[in-house]
Amino acid sequence: MSDTAPTTADTRRLAQEARDRVRFEEEALELSDQVYRVARRLAGSREEAEDLVQQAYERAFRSWRQYTPGTNLRAWLLRILTNLNIDHGRRQQRTPQTTSIDQNEAGDYFLYNKLESQLPDENPDEERVLERLSQDSIVDALADVPHDFRDVIVLVDIGEFAYADAAQILDIPIGTVMSRLHRGRRILKKNLADKAVPA
Amino acid sequence: MQPFIDGALSDDEVAEAQRHLERCSWCAKRYRFEERLRHYVRVAVSEPMSAELKAKLAALRTPL
Repeated sequence: MSDTAPTTADTRRLAQEARDRVRFEEEALELSDQVYRVARRLAGSREEAEDLVQQAYERAFRSWRQYTPGTNLRAWLLRILTNLNIDHGRRQQRTPQTTSIDQNEAGDYFLYNKLESQLPDENPDEERVLERLSQDSIVDALADVPHDFRDVIVLVDIGEFAYADAAQILDIPIGTVMSRLHRGRRILKKNLADKAVPA
Repeated sequence: MQPFIDGALSDDEVAEAQRHLERCSWCAKRYRFEERLRHYVRVAVSEPMSAELKAKLAALRTPL
């Protein structure tokens, strides 16, 4: 409580701030489904994803003044979430040595070629080729991608973020986003090919 | 092909890639597969948020 009576200007400023805050919270909550969808695949389990999303929203609502209106709020929320994920010690897991990743990488069209070759028709369409993959096999194949690579796949392919947003969220250069995306997708395709239902 | 699928090319580069895809059925088939695969993966791994979590988040709002 202040000793002096608030001036009209103060009252107006506080009312404006309250409105800005309500609008921020509403906009952030509208994005929560999309934030959760990405968080679920950044985290190892559903429980972990739920904790991360809840803590990220708590932190976002506390530090809402740091958000610049007009910038990408979904990216801002996921930046907070990614930092929390790191604080939780996820980064202590070691990325497998490069050599072992190389063995798990396939050429860009390895998956297509393998799936296509399993079909009896000479020239199958893409849908028939994709039907060889079950939903569970796709979830497992993604979860098996080492996390540095999986993070960029999740942000770009699942979250549909631009390279620049993914770079900002993960605090890595855009070139690193592109190279990890390229290798990550190759690892994912190798995993998918291993799990594909035989024709 | 990756920057093309990710929408990260300039207008000129997009036009050049499209001209190539019109002529080259080998690339066109693989391009369609890559694009469909991406969509397929996105749908397959999408898991809706629980109603409990949604309620918890709503409860974090500053009381009016």
